[in-house]
Amino acid sequence: MSISFSQRSGVTRRRFIQGLGAGGVVATLPHQASAMASASGILPAQASSLWNLTVGHTRTTIDHKSLNAPCIGNAVPGPILRWKQGDTVSVSVTNTLKHEDTSIHWHGIRVPSDMDGVPGLSFDGIKPGDTFTYRFRVHQSGTYWYHSHSGMQEAQGLYGAIVIDPAHPDPNYCERDYVIVLSEWTDVSPMDMISNLKMQDDYYTFRQRTAASFPQDARAAKGAWAALKDRLAWSRMRMAATDISDVSGVIYTYLLNGHAPDMNWNGLFRPGERVRLRFINASSMTLFDVRIPGLEMLVVQADGNDVEPVPVDEFRIGVAETYDVIVCPQDNQAYTIFAQSEDRTGYARGTLAPRPGMIGTIPPMDPRPVRTMIDMGMGTMRPGETMGDMSMPEHDMASMDMPEMGSAHMHHMGSMPAPPLEVDDPGPPPLNVENQNVAIMPIDRLDSPGDGLEHNGRRVLTYKQLRATRPGADPRPPTREIILHLTGNMERYIWGFNGRKYSESGPIRLKKGERVRFTLINDTMMEHPIHLHGLWSELENGQGVFRPYKHTIIAQPGSRLSYLVTADVAGTWAYHCHLMLHMDLGMFRTVIVE
Amino acid sequence: MKQILWLATVSACMLTGTTSSWAAPKEYHAADAPSEIPVVSLGHISPVMDQGRYFHGILDEFEGRYAARGTDFRWDGEAWYGSDYNKLWLKTEGTLERGRLHDGDHELLYSRAISTYFDVQGGIRADIDDGPTRTWGALGIQGLALYQFEVQATAYVSDRGRFAARFEGSYDFLLTNRLILQPQAELNLYTKSDTGRRVGAGLSDVDTGLRLRYELWRKFAPYIAFTYAGYLTQARRIAHDHGEETGSLRFTFGIRSWF
Repeated sequence: MSISFSQRSGVTRRRFIQGLGAGGVVATLPHQASAMASASGILPAQASSLWNLTVGHTRTTIDHKSLNAPCIGNAVPGPILRWKQGDTVSVSVTNTLKHEDTSIHWHGIRVPSDMDGVPGLSFDGIKPGDTFTYRFRVHQSGTYWYHSHSGMQEAQGLYGAIVIDPAHPDPNYCERDYVIVLSEWTDVSPMDMISNLKMQDDYYTFRQRTAASFPQDARAAKGAWAALKDRLAWSRMRMAATDISDVSGVIYTYLLNGHAPDMNWNGLFRPGERVRLRFINASSMTLFDVRIPGLEMLVVQADGNDVEPVPVDEFRIGVAETYDVIVCPQDNQAYTIFAQSEDRTGYARGTLAPRPGMIGTIPPMDPRPVRTMIDMGMGTMRPGETMGDMSMPEHDMASMDMPEMGSAHMHHMGSMPAPPLEVDDPGPPPLNVENQNVAIMPIDRLDSPGDGLEHNGRRVLTYKQLRATRPGADPRPPTREIILHLTGNMERYIWGFNGRKYSESGPIRLKKGERVRFTLINDTMMEHPIHLHGLWSELENGQGVFRPYKHTIIAQPGSRLSYLVTADVAGTWAYHCHLMLHMDLGMFRTVIVE
Repeated sequence: MKQILWLATVSACMLTGTTSSWAAPKEYHAADAPSEIPVVSLGHISPVMDQGRYFHGILDEFEGRYAARGTDFRWDGEAWYGSDYNKLWLKTEGTLERGRLHDGDHELLYSRAISTYFDVQGGIRADIDDGPTRTWGALGIQGLALYQFEVQATAYVSDRGRFAARFEGSYDFLLTNRLILQPQAELNLYTKSDTGRRVGAGLSDVDTGLRLRYELWRKFAPYIAFTYAGYLTQARRIAHDHGEETGSLRFTFGIRSWF
């Protein structure tokens, strides 16, 4: 199915509703309409609690790349599901794939574990020809998404948005409301990607430092010797400072609501209207940096939960995260929604405009980031410097502390013995077949917008700025801390926690009702968006009891962060890096709440 | 908390420059430690595929070495099948010189990953070409050394109780992201001479090249090169006594490809 330009653009909300009638069950509508619904970014007219979804293969061509994509309702992305907080929803999923199981996982939705949709953990999947009915009460509201958790279907098109209307009036109600699903499109199978990366870890990277780029590097480093020393330091470590994304725009076309950049997704507004944009990163391997030149974005929700509004020019959205922003375009002009991949090998793009078919100016992409010793977990050390050479400034000691050192902790720092918590500390990970690096001095990077975004002259969102609008539901301090190192060996393309991949590790066991602090130390030099199924992750970002509730948290390279978890739903949950290839190659654990 | 104490301790040692023997007693415990109680996955479906097996082959050298007297043809390639830790390797190389195959060397090895960047490999080597056939047991290491040099070092013991060793190394120097200059060298050492195979005791032969390849795509790169193959020390005399060329520098072109 090739979705034409004319079919996708120029659908105002009003026209769309007229065309559909009042029906909320988009997925059961004829395929043309459902394709339009997901591609338009326009929410179904009203919430519904009954849904029938059909998973099948659909030949889909985008940007000349043709793929027999596993998807829902013959559309990539799948239909936007609109639910109402407090309702019990029932979603029947029928698998019409010929030889493959399927599944739908409700990302960030708090469900009983047998409704979570992870084959092997929640249930045994949906066999070809079978129908599985998910039924659960919706406790929360906000923007979420769903995707397959079977094989590599998610990477090929089996994903879509969920919008849950709050039971109370929405403080962020806007006249215009669009879902913006960011994703990737390629005709290369994920299995081939893995196989290629196992043979050559920089297979998809064509932005390395080379002899040709040396003069440029030397200018940036203010001297040829400094540039050379930096290169030698990286080369000595057998790593590449230009290792940003494992899979790049060399094979990916980046999509906005299923539109390639040249298809120019259109969202309409009237000058003066408030427009809510619900950003969802449904990609499998790409972090996006999003901005709308000329418009300030007010971040009002993160991972489905309302936050105190933060005005920004730009934000980074990790794989599987969601952010709701409100923009107020005043002028009668087109604005470009510009989402460049972190490695700057491409971008997803769409246009907000007062009239259909308008084209906004597309800004040039920023320079690609270059990793530094901070990403290697060496704090503020410079290349070539060793721990012995270093005099550690005061503020670094402070920043090494956990993000939210309560007074209780400080007290115990004074009286050395008996820490207040039971601490499951694996210690520094071993350097072994599965781990390449140990972050000697991981630092708090919650106040950094991320590699490639620092000091770019724009206001870029940081995790530290996220402040929940309501205090947390569980005021108890944690009774246990679980420290986990994020590890990997890029050269062998193996990923894991604590120097072990999934198949060599046991489950993380929590007691029902237990309050736990998870501390992540990222020993790798890449970002990992870490997702805990079924339970909230309350990021300890210095906002006290107004910690933001998240389902996916980017652990920046060389960083240390922590979040609190209340193990309030029993069951077996998945816990993993949401970069799909990292997950599949071992950065995955089960969390058992018993 | 323990982590902080540990860091504080380490930091204190660094600040004072002492390597105090005092350290907070530490009991490491990983929350995800391998469990004795197996977790039963429903329907025996693994949620991930981290135990996959892969199959790849590469022809590093597939080239014509030009000379006025006649062009030699040489190949050097390897293939492997297996998992992250255990692999089966097949390596093969040889040179066809004026209708005569020599330096035919074929190895079948079991490979075990032992560290971040290195594998230990053991198996058999057979010298099969137009010369007399020899078989060897092989044990070596292969991996990525500091500064990203690809290296191999292998020791051999023959069915006749002789010993040999081979060292190989290469380095990819990126001129641009697709234009890559690769110096490469292979050295062979033997404990005893073997005139039938033009092998001398000690350093016996060298095969080296400076290849400039252009990666049209990752798996297909034509190249031009200067290559040098020659006998050394005693082997040089043996070759000379047989009226053969003892070494030559050649202009070379070829194709590097893999799957």
